[in-house]
Amino acid sequence: MAEAIASELKIIVFQLKEKEYAIPVSQVRSIEKIQHITRIPGTAAFIKGVINLRGLVTPIIDLRKRFNLDEEEYSDSTRVIIATLGEIEVGLIVDSANDVLDIAFDSIEPAPEIVGGIDTPFINGVVKIEKRLLILLDLAKVLNENLKGPLNSIEA
Amino acid sequence: MEMSQYLEVFIEESKEHLQSCNEHLLELEKNPGNLTIVNEIFRSAHTLKGMSATMGYEDLAKLTHQMENVLDGIRQSKIPVTPALLDVVFLAVDDLEAMVESISEGGDGKRDVTEAVRKLTLIEKGESPDEAAAKEEIASAAVAEVPLKNTYDEFEITVIQQSMEHGFYPYEVGVTLREDCLLKAARVYMVFEAAEKLGEVIKANPPVEQLEEEQFDTSFTITLVSKEDRSLIEKAIMNVSEVVKAEALKISSDALRTPKEQEPKQPANNDIREKVQTLDAPASEIEEQSDNKETNRVKQGNSANKTIRVNIERLDILMNLFEELVIDRGRLEQISRELDNPALNETVERMSRISGDLQNIILNMRMVPVETVFNRFPRMVRQLAKDLNKKIDLEIIGAETELDRTVIDEIGDPLVHLLRNALDHGVETPDIRKANGKAETGTIRLKAFHSGNHVFIEIEDNGAGISRDKVLNKAIKNGIINDNAASALTDKQVYELIFASGFSTADKISDISGRGVGLDVVKNTIESLGGSVTIDSELGKGSIFSIQLPLTLSIISVMLVEIQEEKYAVPLSSIIETAIVRIDEILNAHNQKVIDFRGKVVPLLFLKDLFEVPSVKENDAFYSVVIVRKGDKMAGLVVDSFIGQQEVVLKSLGNYLSGAFAISGATILGDGEVALIVDCNALIK
Repeated sequence: MAEAIASELKIIVFQLKEKEYAIPVSQVRSIEKIQHITRIPGTAAFIKGVINLRGLVTPIIDLRKRFNLDEEEYSDSTRVIIATLGEIEVGLIVDSANDVLDIAFDSIEPAPEIVGGIDTPFINGVVKIEKRLLILLDLAKVLNENLKGPLNSIEA
Repeated sequence: MEMSQYLEVFIEESKEHLQSCNEHLLELEKNPGNLTIVNEIFRSAHTLKGMSATMGYEDLAKLTHQMENVLDGIRQSKIPVTPALLDVVFLAVDDLEAMVESISEGGDGKRDVTEAVRKLTLIEKGESPDEAAAKEEIASAAVAEVPLKNTYDEFEITVIQQSMEHGFYPYEVGVTLREDCLLKAARVYMVFEAAEKLGEVIKANPPVEQLEEEQFDTSFTITLVSKEDRSLIEKAIMNVSEVVKAEALKISSDALRTPKEQEPKQPANNDIREKVQTLDAPASEIEEQSDNKETNRVKQGNSANKTIRVNIERLDILMNLFEELVIDRGRLEQISRELDNPALNETVERMSRISGDLQNIILNMRMVPVETVFNRFPRMVRQLAKDLNKKIDLEIIGAETELDRTVIDEIGDPLVHLLRNALDHGVETPDIRKANGKAETGTIRLKAFHSGNHVFIEIEDNGAGISRDKVLNKAIKNGIINDNAASALTDKQVYELIFASGFSTADKISDISGRGVGLDVVKNTIESLGGSVTIDSELGKGSIFSIQLPLTLSIISVMLVEIQEEKYAVPLSSIIETAIVRIDEILNAHNQKVIDFRGKVVPLLFLKDLFEVPSVKENDAFYSVVIVRKGDKMAGLVVDSFIGQQEVVLKSLGNYLSGAFAISGATILGDGEVALIVDCNALIK
């Protein structure tokens, strides 16, 4: 990772079900409230559709669906994190955006098997800060349609 | 001198001049005797030479110089126009193009031009005995010698000689003002103005700056090139008040030469000054020179429009900004409808109207005549016809038809393919044509025209036409279609097979077309532009390839429809009409629901099922149907309700969602929501 040059990494922490996840701030364009989403027929189930982000048509991914967590009604705390990866700009629906933190690179540990398995394919590593366990997401893998979580493969 | 700031202009103008060279050379080929055409080419070549020498591209200047010599020979009937000569000149122009291309790509514009230069020199030497003789001829044709009051440097002499060649006469006009004249500078100005109405003032003695500062006695001399005769010039200048005497004398080119040789011995003060200036600023001089010519040309044309060059990027930015405005306009319209305040409504209506006009203008600004694409074809066709040993006339009709720049950029390659195809497979060789009782020379007609919201480009040849059997055999052999299906196809469907990938009917594979990769690429490109291509052909008579293209790609008119709670936009360009159909009018044919629409059986597509729209409402007893078409085929899209017609800005779904089926893009509606645009071409197979 390019950020490896610096000793600290700034991350955005967000909540999905009971777990806390994080992505580097450098990949985040903005954080939006939930708004009307236009469904796109014929796309993967986890692609919720598109929104109008200040004149740009932006695809939206429901992370709960992506990780095969049970869906929940959107609430006031539901947020859309607009993330960029190369040329692609997508919105990620999360339960809430919690925090912006600086973490030391040394504190990133490889993903342990114990995390639970469901989201392992999308994980870059984990960070332990005091009592919190943050899961670092690999955005490229989250966006990759062909990569399915283990639950999907069991269903298939 | 720092030249980089001029580089862009240089490249642009060089390209224009080369294009003009090409066009006129082709004309010249048709009328070898027409000297006005030669003059045009000469002028382009000359300007090009001047520009490239200034910019320091020596190879470019060297080649144009040599080309100019040959052209000069032609102009003076020293060298006859022969196909061989034209080939060499074409070759030279090719080289020039390659060099300009290299410069525009950031190269140094160097190229080995010795071959072209050598050929040109051969022509010049071999067939034109002596250039000087020619010049003398002109000289003797001019009026009797008069001693000159002004002396001229080399540049000025060139200008004078050139204008003489273009039918202007150089005059020295001696002007004397009244002794008691108070505002001498003003009178000088008026004299100049009067003179410039008649022609071009090349030089003044004393120089203009001194005249303006009134640093002269009562008389001065100006050198003027004009087409008028001397009495008229004298009269015009005498009309300026306080001028007591105006005397115009014609200059002969011999007279020009002599004083130049004497110059070192008796240099007039101001001449030295001018000389120095010339050395200092060769660039501006040359620019001036081409300017002069420019004005001459404008004067000859009399009706040149005033234009400015604008970087296309700026237009794109303008377009993007305007798109944003269109979205907001939609939003405002919606708000004003909801609030129903008369004053607001009126204002919004006005704003809509104005922005509508604005939209037209912006779209028009981005319109480029197809000429920009077409103009490279005559050369290409000429060359190909030569390579193929065929005789072909290319007729271009409607080159002034305008298309959006984005479409223009994309349409070039498909047209090249189709033209090559017509040349290679369409038009027969002269002996075959003769045997079939046709004229030896085949004709390819390239025609562009507007119709409704579309532009059509047709490529028509009077060649062999498409053989149904040959196409079918080939298609079956290549596994594109099977035997049974083949016999059921209509002629049109058979022709469509040509566009299938992996198809090539040429018996021999040539390097012009026939790799079998071409035509399906053509079809794909055109369809990706929202257009379509159809073929019509008659065996033995010829074929027509007809391309239909949308006028613009960024703002389109759509019909908004509602399916359950979702909104979709159907491009108006593919809609034939809308209809309300009762459920009992729907018929079943082979598990396909169809309706009888004006005597035609039209299959129904239920967008709700197709797009897997979540069901929330019950169907009523009527279906709202949008009848759309693709080519000859029609389909009825079943929706829940029609919302209305609207102009929308086409937005791409981006790379990530490019796979979405039957959705060509999205647009943002007045309420800020995104609506998807239905791709009717993908829905109709």
